[in-house]
Amino acid sequence: MIRVNNLTKTFGDFTAVNDIGFSVKPGEIFAFLGPNGAGKTTTIKMLTTLLRPTAGSILVNGNDPVKSPEAVRRSFGIVFQDQSLDDELTAWENMEFHGVIYDLPKPLRRERIRQLLIFVDLWDKKDRLAKEFSGGMKRRLEIARGLLHHPKVIFLDEPTLGLDPQTRNHMWEYLQELNKKEGTTVFFTTHYMEEADRVAQRVAIIDHGKIVAMGTSDELKKQTDALTLEEAFLSLTGKTIRDESAKATDMMRRMRRAWRK
Amino acid sequence: MNKIYILWLRQIKRWLRSRSRIVGSLAQPLLFLLALGYGFSSIFQEAGQGNYITFLAPGIIGMGIIFTSIFSGMEVIWDRQFGFLKETLVAPMPRFNIMLGRTLGGATIATIQGVILMILSMFFGFRPEHLISIVPALGVMFLMALLFTSLGTMIASLLEDMQGFHLVMNFLVMPLFFLSGALFPLEGLPKTLSIITRLDPLSYGIDALRELFLGMGHYGLAMDLVVLTLVTLLFLGLGSYFFKKIQV
Repeated sequence: MIRVNNLTKTFGDFTAVNDIGFSVKPGEIFAFLGPNGAGKTTTIKMLTTLLRPTAGSILVNGNDPVKSPEAVRRSFGIVFQDQSLDDELTAWENMEFHGVIYDLPKPLRRERIRQLLIFVDLWDKKDRLAKEFSGGMKRRLEIARGLLHHPKVIFLDEPTLGLDPQTRNHMWEYLQELNKKEGTTVFFTTHYMEEADRVAQRVAIIDHGKIVAMGTSDELKKQTDALTLEEAFLSLTGKTIRDESAKATDMMRRMRRAWRK
Repeated sequence: MNKIYILWLRQIKRWLRSRSRIVGSLAQPLLFLLALGYGFSSIFQEAGQGNYITFLAPGIIGMGIIFTSIFSGMEVIWDRQFGFLKETLVAPMPRFNIMLGRTLGGATIATIQGVILMILSMFFGFRPEHLISIVPALGVMFLMALLFTSLGTMIASLLEDMQGFHLVMNFLVMPLFFLSGALFPLEGLPKTLSIITRLDPLSYGIDALRELFLGMGHYGLAMDLVVLTLVTLLFLGLGSYFFKKIQV
C-alpha cells in the first residue's frame, strides 16, 4: 500500500529525512514512532503530496505523489498534527465541505456526517463555529472529518494528542473496525508507546531522519532486551530531550496571539 | 463544479460572518469620498470640470474593489497560518480549480462591496446618467475584482506569513490606487504620470466605470475592456501557477 525507497528531504543544509525505506502492506496498522523533530511529520507530508522529496521514491496505493498527486490524494485521508479546520465555519459545514471536495454523493454524505458527528459526540454542537470549540473537541472533529470519505489509507499524525482516554479508546475501536471491515490501511504517529504497542501490527522507529528499527512490537522488545515498547524506544533513541525548531507558521501564531492582547 | 461552488460558498460565508471586516473596508473609501469629494468640490467646479463627487464616485468604487480583492486573495496566508490550506491542498482536485473557486468567491465579495459603495455614493450626490448603465458596470466591477483577487492570491502564494502584508499595501496597493486616475482626470497629465497611469490596470477599470456611468472616459470603453480582460487572464494564469507551487 505504501512503499518508500531511499527517501531524503533536506531543508537548506538540514537533513530532516535521511535515506529511509519501508513498506506498509494493505490493511496493516503501522506505527511510525520517533522523538520530536525526528522527521515523522516531514515523511507524512511527503507521502501526502504536501512536500516534494529531495531524493528517493514513494508509492502510495500504486501511485507516485510527485508524478500523479491527484490519484494519490484520492486514496488517502489525513488527520494533521496541527489544526486544519476552518474556524469560521461550523462543525457541520467543515464536514460538508470535506464531503463535497471528496465527491461523496449527497445522501451518503449527509448520513455519514450524522454518524460520525454522533460518534465523536459533537452532533448536538454541529451548528457551532469551530472556533468556539475546545482543543479536544476540535481534535475530535478533525478525526471525524478525516474518516468521512472512507479512504484506502488513513494517515494520523499524533491523532490522540490531547484526547482523554475515553475518546482515545473510542477512536481506536472505530479505526480498528474500519480496518477490519473495509481493509483500511492505518499509518499513524504517536508519543504514547502503549498505544502503539496495543494497536499497531508493525512499528518503525525513526530518529535524526534515519529509521533505527522496524518490526513487530515484540521483535523490537526482543531486539533491545526490553520489557515494554517504551523501554525499547528509549534504548534505541537515547534519553536526550529534543527541540523542534519553530516554523514560520508557529512564529506567526505567536505574533497573532500577541496582537490580540 | 460542485467543488468550485463549495469553495466559493466558503469565502462568502466567512465574509458574511465577519461584520467588522465589511464595515472596515467600507469606512476608508467612504472617508475619501466625503473628505476629498467635498473638500475639492469648489476648486473642481471652478476649473470647469463639473461635480467632483460625481467624478470621484467611480474612483471610490474602484478603491473599494481593489482593497477588498487584494485582501481576499491574500487570505491564502491566513489559511496557511490556521492550517486550513493543508485540508484544501490534499483534496483530490486540480489546484487550478481550488484557486479558481476561492478567487471567484473573493471577486464576488469585492463586487458586492463595490455595489454597496456605489449605493452609498448616491446618498452624497452621485448620479449615473442612465440607471441602466449599472448593469454593464456590474460586469466591469466583477472583472476588476477578479483581476485583483488573482493578484492577491499570487502574492500570497509567494509570502510565508503576514509580515509582508504592509509591504504589499504600501508598495503595491496604495500606488496602484493613487496612480490610477481614481482621484484626478487623466486628461492633461504630465508625461511621466500619464505613462504610469497607463501601466496601472486599475486606471482602465475606473475609466470604464466613468464611461458607463458618466459618458466621460479617457481610453475608450473598448480599450478598457480589452486591457482588463487580458490582464485578468494573465493574473489568473500567474496566480494559479504560483498557487500550484505552494508547499506547506
